Amino acid sequence: MSNYDIAIIGAGHNGLACAAYLAKAGRKVLVLEANDEVGGLAATREFAPGFRASVAQTLPQLNRGLVDDLNLEKHGFKLALDAMPTVAMAPGKSPISITSGALSGASAEDSAAYPEYRRLLSKFADAINPFWHKRPPMIADGDMGDLATLGKFGWNLRRLGKDDMRELMRMIALPAQDLMDEFFQDDALKAALSWDCNIGSKLAPRSPNNAVLALLLRMSGDLTDGLPLPAGGAGGFTDALAASATSFGAEIRCGAAVEKVLIDDMSVSGVQLSNGEQVQATTVISNADPKTSFLTLLGAQHLDVQFTHRISRLRNQGYVAKLHLALDEIPTFTGLEKPAGRLMLTPSMKYIECAFDDAKYGGYANELPMEVIIPSLVDDSLAPVGKHVLSANIQYAPYAVKGGWDQHREQFLANALATLSQYSPGIESQVSAAELLTPADLEQQFNLAGGHWHHAEFAIDTWWMNRPTYGASQYTTPISGFHLCGAGAHPGGGLMGTCGANAARAILEDR
Amino acid sequence: MPMQTNLQAADTIDHVHEGVIYSPFHRRTSAKNINQQWSVWNGYASTKYYADAHLEYFSTRNTCGVFDVSPMRKYRIKGPDAEAMLNRMVTRDVTSQAVDTVAYNIWCTDAGKLIDDGTLFRVSEDDFWLCAADPNFDWLQLSAVGFPNLEITDISEDLASLALQGPTSCALLKAMGFSGIENATPFSIMRFPFGAGEITISRTGYTGDLGYELWVDPADAELLWDQLFSVGQVYGIQPLGEDSLEMARIEAGFLAPDVDFHGSLHTVDRGHDHSPLELALGWIINFKKGHFSGRAALAKEKAAGKHRRLIKLDIEGNKPAENSILYCDKGCKKTIGYVTSAMWSPVVKANIAYGLVEGQYADGPIWAEIYHQKELRWVRKLAQCTRVTKPFWAPERARQTPPSDC
Repeated sequence: MSNYDIAIIGAGHNGLACAAYLAKAGRKVLVLEANDEVGGLAATREFAPGFRASVAQTLPQLNRGLVDDLNLEKHGFKLALDAMPTVAMAPGKSPISITSGALSGASAEDSAAYPEYRRLLSKFADAINPFWHKRPPMIADGDMGDLATLGKFGWNLRRLGKDDMRELMRMIALPAQDLMDEFFQDDALKAALSWDCNIGSKLAPRSPNNAVLALLLRMSGDLTDGLPLPAGGAGGFTDALAASATSFGAEIRCGAAVEKVLIDDMSVSGVQLSNGEQVQATTVISNADPKTSFLTLLGAQHLDVQFTHRISRLRNQGYVAKLHLALDEIPTFTGLEKPAGRLMLTPSMKYIECAFDDAKYGGYANELPMEVIIPSLVDDSLAPVGKHVLSANIQYAPYAVKGGWDQHREQFLANALATLSQYSPGIESQVSAAELLTPADLEQQFNLAGGHWHHAEFAIDTWWMNRPTYGASQYTTPISGFHLCGAGAHPGGGLMGTCGANAARAILEDR
Repeated sequence: MPMQTNLQAADTIDHVHEGVIYSPFHRRTSAKNINQQWSVWNGYASTKYYADAHLEYFSTRNTCGVFDVSPMRKYRIKGPDAEAMLNRMVTRDVTSQAVDTVAYNIWCTDAGKLIDDGTLFRVSEDDFWLCAADPNFDWLQLSAVGFPNLEITDISEDLASLALQGPTSCALLKAMGFSGIENATPFSIMRFPFGAGEITISRTGYTGDLGYELWVDPADAELLWDQLFSVGQVYGIQPLGEDSLEMARIEAGFLAPDVDFHGSLHTVDRGHDHSPLELALGWIINFKKGHFSGRAALAKEKAAGKHRRLIKLDIEGNKPAENSILYCDKGCKKTIGYVTSAMWSPVVKANIAYGLVEGQYADGPIWAEIYHQKELRWVRKLAQCTRVTKPFWAPERARQTPPSDC
């Protein structure tokens, strides 16, 4: 039996960030990772000999503050590309390239509307941004810190000015479609821009809820003035986090699956591994999703009835599949000189909506909306010389597909390749290997209940002081010494390490 | 255009009862209910009084009386996770409850507010019955989240049940052939062959006196009733209606839902629900057994010690303090609470009541403002109350095994 101040379950990017901050503050930290490598969904893995890819791929939400705090650049973190353009694609139409500054290839009207769209949304994103990095306030407790956070939130909204504040209040719960329709005309452009509102959630362009807020979270990064692509895949980021944590004195053990959290007299006393080994720790922080954390690792017998019910009701079924293709050469995409950038194979919002309609009832579309990156164009660490990796997020792939994924895997892959070939004719013949990761695969390979990117739906009812639910939303839980630091905590999913950093700060403050 | 509603005819829905439901004993209870005085309990016709509530009440103290408890809601919780699930739901230690015993129990919300009370029967290692006056299926299902290996069944319709209460109850059961019943200790369970199957007898009740509850297949209900009343004639058996039971339970110190407390899932306004600490149920909150739902909130409330208190009162005079407001001074300047239940107790020969008062006033002077009638004329009276800490009525025979006359 070994002794630590803090044991962290899971070496995903949030677990690692949390470990690094706590170790930096002098705590004796052990990170336990079930898999053989760190990084979780961000790990860069070899999916075919010589071809590597990570489930997560870009870093729109990452902040300079975290990179600097943890000396990530010293530990090998670098970008393959500072600002990757997004390219709105539609068969038979010329592509529109989108950067944070301007559109190119769009109509005059859309090009004129884009700066105002960016201005408004960037202003909203900046107003909200500080609150992603703070412990959510509780409303009823009268805690001074909480009241201050609420007060600052109100002040930041008011500071937008009367007109923009009113617009924010009006727009905050709009469906992505309404937002896009207000600004733009081109179907492919609107679909491409709407993607970031809904990706990872059980939402489509016509769904009201948290689409705009999700977009604002997505826009919260300040690392570069565009969409950053990490070198070495997202694993380049998590490897640097691991190196940073280790440099501060944290210990990381891979292949160490935690089976349960040990409780002694209502407080955490440590964890037990699947091999029976026990590790003593007065603080246990879970990077796992809330359902796994509370219902599997902790157990309902340690929790109150209504709290357990709220955790079990969290919506955590993933709807995104990940496709990795090993390609013999650079594929040709119609209308593009080179398939650089983030290619949005989303001709219209209706096209996305129809794919969602199928998925709602446990099926999937013939034509699958997808977001494609060929990172090997700018990163030669991911594929053998002259060969390439195609990495695609595909919506919608329901976790609970009718009949189970075993019987649908081949067909889904065939649909994905058929969709791709509409944009890149002949691409099938260039594919030497393919890896399809459905939400069921993510669940199984990463111990992620439901295979949901964000661990639990990012929605109004599971946002801020309700993430994952009240009673566990301030990086504390009903169990003394047990904390959450994963995407199921505030602010939510996306590679930014903020859940982990916030959790670390909250734990250090409480001491 | 007029609004139209298309309702399925009630008689085509097999689970919807039209009108009042009849207990398996109804033909017998109805025959004895000479004034046809009924109330409705969980949808069942339940006798208010058969002939005279006071005479029925006296049978619980001097001979024996029978009350039809079939309308109680009964649930079976069975499976490998049953013990852990119940132990986390209720406030007492289920893990130390022996097979074939019964324990009075309560269950609370996360905020430590009382939802309901009832009796938990452990019929085998992994098989329990939970009996409560009100429906609790919803809460049981909610409490089972995270405990996959169990099954919850509403067995209310599968059991016909009678409470046989009073000093001659043991002798009567023995005379009916249930020999050995005298060895049943309080809160234990025994089984005997009966009718086409089996009768379960638990030494439990709601009168505070010697007594038992009898559980049989509904097909054997009338047989049980008939045997009780034929053999029981010489034991002074009487049928009990709700009015007499209400008197007995107040003397015994048992709480009545929707009288002394409102279940916290049914209250609307803040502060209208109750913690078990307020209701003098601290004795069944086991803070040492490990976690249970509401534990943290209750521990915090207990440590603060500022909660209201339900206290027993002996009130001067003989006018029951029903619905009285309580004060800490005779001048009625400061309201400190109210009476939840009150009666003139024939056996204790005292004017007794339960008062729910603000904690800081529980040990000081308490005055009850009583309104009573003299030939229709309302009279107001201020009566001094004395706090009583011992039970009003707890005869030795209720605890003796075997009871003295068996």
